[in-house]
Amino acid sequence: MVDAYIAITILWGFVFIYAVMATMDFGAGFWSMLYINKNHTGATNIANRYLSPTWEVTNTFIVALVVAVYSLFPRGAYTLGTVLLIPGSFILVLLTLRSAFLVFSNIAEEYRKPLTYVSGICGFLIPGLLISVLPITHGQYIDTFEGGRQSLNLARLFTSPNEYAFFFFAISSTLFLSSLLLADYSKVSNEFHAYKIYRRDALILGPITMVMTIAIMVTLKREVPWLYNGMMEHLPLLILSVGFFLTGGLALFLPTRKNGARVFGMPRIAVIAITLQYLTASYVYGRAHLPYLVYPDVTIHTAFTDPSSFRAVFATYIVGFAILFPGFVYFWSLFMHDKKYLRRNAE
Amino acid sequence: MSDLLIARSLFGTTMGFHIIHATIGVGLPLMMICAELLYQKTKDPDYVVMAKRWTKTFAILLGVGIPTGTIAGTQLSLLWPGFMEVIGRVMALPFQIEIYAFFVEALFMSIYVYAAERIKPWMRLASLFLVALGALASAVLITNVHAFQGTPAGFDVVNGEIVNVDPWKAFFNPSFFVTATHVALSAYVVGAFVVAMVAAFKLIRAEHGTRIYKFHQKALTLSLIVGGIFSLLTAVNGHASAQMLHEYQPEKLAAAEGLFETQSHAPLAIGGVTDKETESVKYAIEIPWALSFLAGNSFDTVVKGLNEWPENEWPPLFTHTLFNGMVFIGTFLILIAVLGLLWKKLFKKPNYPKWLLWSLVASGPLSILAMEFGWIFACTGRQPWNIYRVLPTADSVTSQTNLGPLFALFVAVYVILAAAALFVLLHYFKKNPVEKDFARAETKGVPLFSSNT
Ligand code: HDD
Ligand code: HEM
Ligand code: HEM
Repeated sequence: MVDAYIAITILWGFVFIYAVMATMDFGAGFWSMLYINKNHTGATNIANRYLSPTWEVTNTFIVALVVAVYSLFPRGAYTLGTVLLIPGSFILVLLTLRSAFLVFSNIAEEYRKPLTYVSGICGFLIPGLLISVLPITHGQYIDTFEGGRQSLNLARLFTSPNEYAFFFFAISSTLFLSSLLLADYSKVSNEFHAYKIYRRDALILGPITMVMTIAIMVTLKREVPWLYNGMMEHLPLLILSVGFFLTGGLALFLPTRKNGARVFGMPRIAVIAITLQYLTASYVYGRAHLPYLVYPDVTIHTAFTDPSSFRAVFATYIVGFAILFPGFVYFWSLFMHDKKYLRRNAE
Repeated sequence: MSDLLIARSLFGTTMGFHIIHATIGVGLPLMMICAELLYQKTKDPDYVVMAKRWTKTFAILLGVGIPTGTIAGTQLSLLWPGFMEVIGRVMALPFQIEIYAFFVEALFMSIYVYAAERIKPWMRLASLFLVALGALASAVLITNVHAFQGTPAGFDVVNGEIVNVDPWKAFFNPSFFVTATHVALSAYVVGAFVVAMVAAFKLIRAEHGTRIYKFHQKALTLSLIVGGIFSLLTAVNGHASAQMLHEYQPEKLAAAEGLFETQSHAPLAIGGVTDKETESVKYAIEIPWALSFLAGNSFDTVVKGLNEWPENEWPPLFTHTLFNGMVFIGTFLILIAVLGLLWKKLFKKPNYPKWLLWSLVASGPLSILAMEFGWIFACTGRQPWNIYRVLPTADSVTSQTNLGPLFALFVAVYVILAAAALFVLLHYFKKNPVEKDFARAETKGVPLFSSNT
């Protein structure tokens, strides 16, 4: 049964990586839309410079995630596929419009504005819908009929405060994480005007996100006690995660020197601290969720794939990522690390 | 319509739409490699301009191909949860390895386009090569799942439970190689003839002997060489595909050929409509003995007819028309490529005649049509099975009802995407005529690949 735990750890790893990359991705799309009329600040340019080369790679992670679910937990894929038909289809439609119009906006320069609006707004909504998968797996919105047929009760889902807490948490997290990252990105690129804007946005969104987190815990306690209690068993880790949050906030106020001038904030440290905050918090959530994939029928043990399939898939994970790793490093060095690329003048 | 029928139509529509972009996405990188290599060899800037313009087309199509592929992958679980449960247990490997192919393509595509001017020429060529490899591998791997549906292997079903799973035996199922080869070859056919279509159309407009004319003529020649070679290979391999059907899915071949009675010396019916009442193909041209020869390389090969199976296991009879359409177009493409290449050499004419150019324009849409026919034939001809003789389609469909509105929603999205992509393509190439790219290619220090206006 160790295999099932390895499998769920892989899945959780994919969820976490995708969550971080996607928040950066969708958030950057949103900021590039928001500041599109303020050309002189460079904020839109910074967002686009990050976004153009990365969205495709980010998108591949969501595909990897879907594939991981059905190749590691086929029975879970059956239940999830059945109950997620409607929300899943809406996510797909938004994701499609978002990706396509993002590409189009980069190529048809005269129509950049309207195209960016479509992709920005779709991207803004997607995280909220994506995260709704989590409350759905808590089980209280799934109806089971005679004969075992299951279906999602949309009315119950969309009247639940818990769902809305998750929804708005996802949106504020997206904007918070992405503004932090873009603050760092613009500082490295010597775009101080853009840096100021993104630092300010992060300072506003951080506390909002914290409030949404508390809203999630309060509504969980009322609606999903088993999960809430499970999370409270790891209270020290939750406190640690708040500690990371405060560290991140503090880092945005530390004075440093850059090219001889005084600048406030060490966004790189803030990015790392906040990522650690999300890592610990999501570990606690995931731990408390176990052994259920979908409460109460599907556990990681009943849903687990055939052992020989698992071994074959696991082997490809190791070989695949070993082969891909240099590719990721090269990519990183070209787009995240090449100072000449980052600092080229705004087109 | 029943929910099952809507689910089938919805999934078929998604695939039919995705596949246009996916196939060009496999085929076009090969053309880009050819152009880049010719540029390295001849230093003729026309070829680097070609590579750039095809890259932009590729990038726009990728903007539709990737999200619709994401839809396809997720819709498999949403619409066919019963199918994906089996696939997850037995056939997860190709999907899993495909992810790495996607990563390779996504990483190096961004590098090829957004870092083109910052990396060394050999590195750019290597990136392009990896893009092409990633696209080819993703097509081959996903086709492997489709091959498995036709010739499942590597597991046993005992009392409704899947046991004795051997994932690599499932991966190397009997029709994997022949089917994947067919898909790969035909994708290069489509990529080449789509280029030929544009080049021929521009030649109709361009003035003879101008630089623009020569540019498009070079593109046409290149695409016809590639298209000719690969359409010939596709036909040879298609013959092997039909023999595979004869061995593993005989009722599919029987439906494709409209054959009702099992017989040796079976005739080949070309064209016509299969008629259930008279158990014959009406209005067809019959070539005696030919089908037996095609199926088994000898005239006394016994080919099974539809009457061997109960009628509720027959594939739809219109697959005959789809199959004929594909083979007919395949033959046409070989002929038109040869004619287009030989015209000037053979007849010593300075110019292409209008009818030839218009036929070449038609070759692009026709090659896409052949590819669509092939897929619909292969998937619909498998009915009523989702996994041949293991899982009926009706048992694998989602238990959700009221799928109609979803179908309408997705169709609307595809219409919007198609219109937007077409608009952006036309807009981009109108703003960026070939002359502008010539100027960029010939001025030092002006970026060619990352320029958009
Ligand atoms: C440009 C596209 C194209 C062209 C010109 C052809 N094909 Fe094809 N064919 C395909 C594109 C395609 C495809 C889209 O790639 C299919 C659908 C599923 C598959 O495996 O490949 C296919 C399937 C397919 C199948 C069914 C395989 C199955 O059901 O699993 C057969 C028997 C053939 N082809 C045979 C031929 C022959 C004899 C051709 C002679 C010229 C030919 N094809 C030309
Ligand atoms: C049910 C069948 C299919 C599924 C589930 C599927 C899935 C996908 C997915 C998820 C993507 C996006 C990849 C990304 O995020 O980068 C994609 C793109 C692509 N697909 Fe499909 N696909 C299917 C059929 C096909 C077929 C039959 C072919 C080839 C003939 C094909 C070739 C491609 C290619 C070349 C791309 C281009 C983008 C890339 O590789 O990143 N696909 N497909
Ligand atoms: C890309 C080109 C493809 C096209 C145009 C296509 C077309 C279709 C169509 C029209 C149907 C409905 C068949 C019917 O009910 O009469 C269908 C069903 C289906 N296809 Fe394909 N298909 C393609 C590729 C694939 C691939 C690569 C896979 C495997 C991963 C696949 C898996 C399925 C499944 C699972 C169904 C539903 C169950 C069934 O009807 O058997 N298809 N497809």
